[in-house]
Amino acid sequence: MRWGVLQFPGSCDERDALKACSLLGEARLVWHEERDLGDVDAVVVPGGFSYGDYLRAGAIARFSAAMEAVAAFAQAGGPVLGICNGFQVLCEAGLLPGALLLNEDLRFHCRQLELIDDDGERLSIPAKHGEGRYYAPEDVLDELEANGQVAYRYAPGQNPNGSARDIAGVRSRAGNVLGLMPHPEHAVDPLTGSTDGLKVFEAVAAAGARA
Amino acid sequence: MTRARVLIRPKEGILDPQGKAVERALPALGFEGIEHVRVGRMVELEVEDPERIGELCEKLLANPLIEDYEIERLDGAA
Repeated sequence: MRWGVLQFPGSCDERDALKACSLLGEARLVWHEERDLGDVDAVVVPGGFSYGDYLRAGAIARFSAAMEAVAAFAQAGGPVLGICNGFQVLCEAGLLPGALLLNEDLRFHCRQLELIDDDGERLSIPAKHGEGRYYAPEDVLDELEANGQVAYRYAPGQNPNGSARDIAGVRSRAGNVLGLMPHPEHAVDPLTGSTDGLKVFEAVAAAGARA
Repeated sequence: MTRARVLIRPKEGILDPQGKAVERALPALGFEGIEHVRVGRMVELEVEDPERIGELCEKLLANPLIEDYEIERLDGAA
């Protein structure tokens, strides 16, 4: 499997994402001006502050050449993972439902926390963001839950940002696009305390295999 | 060119922590009796075709899921 990791001006987690992907296959960076994703089987939109997060986080990255290619790739069923700023970009692009708002307490939080996936498994993964409060209208939240689109929740008492229904990550209706605020790419080596992040990348790879 | 101003604010019902923080700070400065503070942003621009401002608000300047916007033309053209 060959992964493409997007790189915008202002991205800062693309190297860790590249490293994580390279543990599961081949991986290369995709510069934001590139339009050809023909050689990749899965795409990661990494964390950081694309285009300075001017206007709103993710709002400008959405119009980049690479994101136009990612939208076409996703519509064709290709697996896409958006992490933190990447999640914000995917929401702005309309590839995922909802939006990410300023943390409820206006503080930037950076810490290891626990997520619970669809199967009830707990993953220990760091989160670091100031704008991660997941929001969608109540009827959309009901729909996401009914369709099994809530991929990850913060473990009880560990919601760092006031996200609706403790939602940390959601997937598209078709299942091939996944976004989450915490950083699985920072939890792939025992050196940093947890390798649970690999499970997120594996889930994306599996979604691609099914599509 | 038409000069215009776009005011963007969080939709009613969406928690606006910036507005809350400002609201909580006011009494400490002696400003009592102020509530429902909302913090948004303002974009000024000059545009050839003012009919397109709505479209660009929908697509870029605002996120209609979470924000409302108002367009104000500044050159007196109604």
